[in-house]
Amino acid sequence: MNFDFDEDQRLLQKTARDFLEQRAPLSRVREIFESDALLDADLWSGVAEMGWTGAAIPESHGGAGFGYLELALLAEETGRALAPIPFGSSVYLVTEALRLAGSDEQQRRWLPELAAGRRIGAFAAAEGPGGHVAAEPGVEWRDGALHGAKEPVLDGAAANLALVLARDPSGGRVLVLADLQANGAKNEPLESLDPSRPLARLVFEGTRAERLQGDGAALLARLEDRAAILFAFEQLGGAQRCLEEAIAFARSRYAFGRPIASFQAVKHQLADLYTAVELARSNCYYGAWALHAQSDELPAAACLARISATEAFEACSQESLHLHGGVGFTWEYDCHLFLRRSKLLSLALGSTGRWKDRLVALLDEAA
Amino acid sequence: MDFDDTREEAAFRAEARSWLEANASPLEPGETNPGLGESDDPDTIRAAQAWQAKKADAGWACITWPEAYGGRGGSPIQSVIWGQEEGKFRVPPNVFGIGLGMAGPTLMAHGSDVQQQRWLPKMLRGEEIWCQLFSEPAAGSDLAGLRTRAERDGDDWVVNGQKIWTSGAHYCKWGILVARTDPNVPKHAGLSYFVVDMESTGVEARQIRQISGGANFNEVFFTDARIPDANRISEVGNGWAVAITTLMNERASIGSGGIGGGGGVKDLIALAREVRDERGPLLENAGIRERIADYYVRTKGLQFTSYRTLTALSRGQTPGPEGSIGKLVAAKMRQDMASLALELQGLAGGTLDPSLAVQDAAWQEAYLWAPGMRIAGGTDEILRNIIAERVLRLPPEPRVDKELAFRDVPTGSQG
Repeated sequence: MNFDFDEDQRLLQKTARDFLEQRAPLSRVREIFESDALLDADLWSGVAEMGWTGAAIPESHGGAGFGYLELALLAEETGRALAPIPFGSSVYLVTEALRLAGSDEQQRRWLPELAAGRRIGAFAAAEGPGGHVAAEPGVEWRDGALHGAKEPVLDGAAANLALVLARDPSGGRVLVLADLQANGAKNEPLESLDPSRPLARLVFEGTRAERLQGDGAALLARLEDRAAILFAFEQLGGAQRCLEEAIAFARSRYAFGRPIASFQAVKHQLADLYTAVELARSNCYYGAWALHAQSDELPAAACLARISATEAFEACSQESLHLHGGVGFTWEYDCHLFLRRSKLLSLALGSTGRWKDRLVALLDEAA
Repeated sequence: MDFDDTREEAAFRAEARSWLEANASPLEPGETNPGLGESDDPDTIRAAQAWQAKKADAGWACITWPEAYGGRGGSPIQSVIWGQEEGKFRVPPNVFGIGLGMAGPTLMAHGSDVQQQRWLPKMLRGEEIWCQLFSEPAAGSDLAGLRTRAERDGDDWVVNGQKIWTSGAHYCKWGILVARTDPNVPKHAGLSYFVVDMESTGVEARQIRQISGGANFNEVFFTDARIPDANRISEVGNGWAVAITTLMNERASIGSGGIGGGGGVKDLIALAREVRDERGPLLENAGIRERIADYYVRTKGLQFTSYRTLTALSRGQTPGPEGSIGKLVAAKMRQDMASLALELQGLAGGTLDPSLAVQDAAWQEAYLWAPGMRIAGGTDEILRNIIAERVLRLPPEPRVDKELAFRDVPTGSQG
């Protein structure tokens, strides 16, 4: 049995944690959060130089050629740090879409740019309230050009390469790639629940876009499964951090003459959060293995990781704030940064209800 | 990262398997071995003893026991592999768990040479079976509050009191007993640890009927029962430290087993597909799908958590504390799954009659068995305390009885 990361991978993780603690402490996250900045540009160049943006991209395409196990640990650390960068959008979604369904020419052209961080990707799938991906996209892709609006788009304002879910003239769903730098789209900011991860409306008025290979709906499912595992690691990192902050606070806060951490009501809450985090961690590891091994079990593994990590991060962020009492509700304390990020990440790739439904469908098919 | 054996583990597994193939028959698909308590008639006990002796002769009886005590001197991961392989064969129930898993390691740590020579070899071969006499009607979670008295009389100790939740008291030769030898000091300081001959005068076991209708446990009454001082383990007053050794070994063995009764998530899905209401198969009902998904997420989360623990063992490391969540999650989930399984059957979920109850009424049985699993071996609340205090290192609650002489500790009316 060898169901854990190895020493080299743990060393990479430690390097990542040290780097982020230095370059992106919560005080820095808050600066971005409270400014109009679309991302922490210094941090973005820093992580690109470290090879993170190209972690799973082969060296032949300008990547670091690490692999998915390494990328998963980097995701955990960016989640733990609440890094104010469009890492998930660019790396787990747009880069992965190109790796799954980009033509040779598309891969040659875009992967080195994404690996170097010169290109920032965003996944434009939603169109207003409803599913996180539009069931019947109003945005149309015809004669190689896009027409219509995608809203909201996570990290859309910072992005210069958009992966857009559209419909073709026959009504089928297609995934297309739009170079926002070359032929632009109108980019309107939308107030974000988590301003360290801004949202935007992208309005296309004849923006040129090229199609990725294969059936759009099938590609979408494969892409979301893979991204879900990597996002789950971000959520896991965030959940673990919240738990640690909650424990530290409960130890140092005294009420009725003793630390509140000595009350069973508080202890049991923290024990339950710990349990949720460990179950999520185990399911996330399974997801990382499935990605690494290119296993047939990947769709189910994605559901397990996504559901348990989403629930763990939401529970930890909500209960950590609650445990802080009144100060947790103040702008000044950092609890709300985690609360906001956890919710935004839970929305970015669809609700747990949707993933649970999919999990049961997969189990039903397998029976 | 993978799920494979190392080369050494694969070799050990092959060796274990080839011995098992030569000495037992493999289980048929779908067949399971009877669990502990499903059958404890004399023939079953004799068969279990014969199997244990056969294993002992071939060096498979106690994988992790040191060779000096007749064990194999193997690693924890080898013990796990042996368990996995043995579980694929038709073998009698393991009635030796308390002895081999708890009493044995305790004697190795705290017993004298004479005591070890007297008890360990017969324990290892299954010739003498052991039971545990710790819990009392008024001392469960707060075990150190136990009241069974042991008073010195010449070379003997005279024991009076009542123990409870003892499995197998009627077929065991020896019991490990914690009793109060001094009520005038704080509760933890007044305890001593003994080995008691279950056949001695003044020791009487009575079966307890559980809510499930079965009787897997006993109450054991001590009325002027005499224990020779030679059967005392460690110093007078040091019983709590010895008991802790036993309990640490208990948690290690409970954590490694599954929680029985009823089926798995796949059985729930099969059932939900089969039964219908006016809107179609219940598997199409979103509320039911969500609950099924929740149980699957937790089931797999626990499975992969155990793989993380095995990985640490396989690498020769001490497992992390993540294993402590196992019973807390599994016991409550078993209750919830059984509850859903009954709901899926409608009012027919309310019968155990074989003419109507699906899957041989396994879910109904599980529903009545599950509450016990949330209590045995540490209640949900005690387990949360353990996670909070030992894993998360949170400060303990102040305890009002800590400094008081035991005789002055307040007691309630229950028990």
